[in-house]
Amino acid sequence: MAKRIDISGLHAFYGAVHAIEDISMTIEPRSVTAFIGPSGCGKSTFLRTLNRMHEVIPGARVEGKVMLDDEDLYDASVDPVAVRRLVGMVFQRPNPFPTMSIYDNVAAGLKLNGVRRKSQLDDIVEESLKGANLWNEVKDRLGKPGAGLSGGQQQRLCIARAIAVQPQVLLMDEPCSALDPISTLAIEDLIDKLKAQYTIVIVTHNMQQAARVSDRTAFFNIAGTGKPGKLIEIDDTSKIFTNPDQKATEDYITGRFG
Amino acid sequence: MTTFSTTGEGASLTSVSLGRKVKDRSIQGLVYLAFALAVVPLVAVLWTVVVNGLERLDPTFFQFSMNAVSGSDPGGGAYHAIVGTLQQVAICSAIAVPLSILTAIYLVEYAGGGRLGKIISFTVDVMMGIPSIVAGLFVLALWLLTLGFDYSGLAGALSLTILMIPTVTRAAEEMLKLVPNDLREASYALGVPRWRTVCFVVLPTALTGMVTGVMLAVARVMGETAPLLLTIFFTKAINNDPFNGPQASLPTFIWEQAADPNQNSIDRAWTGALVLIGIIMLLNLVARLVARRTAAKSR
Repeated sequence: MAKRIDISGLHAFYGAVHAIEDISMTIEPRSVTAFIGPSGCGKSTFLRTLNRMHEVIPGARVEGKVMLDDEDLYDASVDPVAVRRLVGMVFQRPNPFPTMSIYDNVAAGLKLNGVRRKSQLDDIVEESLKGANLWNEVKDRLGKPGAGLSGGQQQRLCIARAIAVQPQVLLMDEPCSALDPISTLAIEDLIDKLKAQYTIVIVTHNMQQAARVSDRTAFFNIAGTGKPGKLIEIDDTSKIFTNPDQKATEDYITGRFG
Repeated sequence: MTTFSTTGEGASLTSVSLGRKVKDRSIQGLVYLAFALAVVPLVAVLWTVVVNGLERLDPTFFQFSMNAVSGSDPGGGAYHAIVGTLQQVAICSAIAVPLSILTAIYLVEYAGGGRLGKIISFTVDVMMGIPSIVAGLFVLALWLLTLGFDYSGLAGALSLTILMIPTVTRAAEEMLKLVPNDLREASYALGVPRWRTVCFVVLPTALTGMVTGVMLAVARVMGETAPLLLTIFFTKAINNDPFNGPQASLPTFIWEQAADPNQNSIDRAWTGALVLIGIIMLLNLVARLVARRTAAKSR
């Protein structure tokens, strides 16, 4: 199920603003890759280029190549909608659809793409909620609104919604930053479980979290305000946190700046 | 427990000073006064209409037209006018609401600050300022005089449409803008195409507000008199066909009856006004109930 992502020479722009510059890296399948770095260094922008969500913003554009196994996501013949079915995303703030029940939230991606068979939907909803460690908490109230759940539950609902469409890759943009430590732990356990099936990329501001959940860590930095963000280095998480190659990485993870 | 002296020297927590208390009270008084001033005319109008309108609020009023009833006669009713108003407003809404909502969707979801979007937005603003009599004159000049159609409920509905489109468009636009971008992105991230996102995520989220906007617009056009005078003309008889021949409507019925100096006519005018307010309130209620069933839920 999981796919490898190969990025080469990627630049992203917001209108005239050069947001990220010349990024090349490989993201391994069935592993967790964490992006760390100071605010504004382009981690989230870069993450959004991986499922073509970047271009949803008016004026935003991308140069370079993103290969999902052997398909270029930015090839002229590729439909961005199809890309997003393969590469799912979980956002910083839990954003369940307010008009839909818990069941409908999880089934949304399928229903809106034309799956109508009740039995099939039932199975996928149950499987996805179990996959997101939420089934036991909500199985008796699937018809209740998704917005009535707690923040942590809502975020797991969003994860269930994302995995219900069976993507190859799961992108997470600071999925725990709005959550308490208990819910964070629940999500981190979930990430650990999901990596058996998916390629996971997670942006985080919490370095302990990066150290806990990820196999590989990429450090991004910015030369100054208004300058584009850059990839400083990517390596095994254990190496980044103990013996990074770059001085800037070491300074950042030891808290000397940022 | 430490108690703080509110007047003693050296107290770190002092009570609210007299000056602030006075200011607080006087501003509070002003706010209540402003509220009362705003409510007085509203209550006064409702009260007058109800008191005067009850006189003729009888079954006859809803069963008969004014056919062969002269101004000084008792009896007679507004059946023809009620039918006319309902048909005209229904036709008007059927044309204006879809057009306006589609325009609003274009402006918010697709225009993206482009040139065409700006032109449409400006045009809607201009349309918003059109005096209602001008809308009537426009339909009179184009539909009746140039294209040669006869007076009809449809012509009236067309002039009301011109008045309804900008208000509904603006209201729908504001409501769509309130839908958080997070929800659109959440939908895109599931691989849902944009049009499905608009239909199944954005519109349901904005529905309650849009229904309110539509109802306000319906209430507004239902009370319009001037454009109807020029487009539906007058009739005292029942005309159930909005596409052929002059039709009556409640506002023109009120206008006609109130212009007649006989007390019987004046009573009919008051009752007409009461019925008009009643219909608008009833529609409002129904729309709210419908919207509540599909509205965003939190628990």
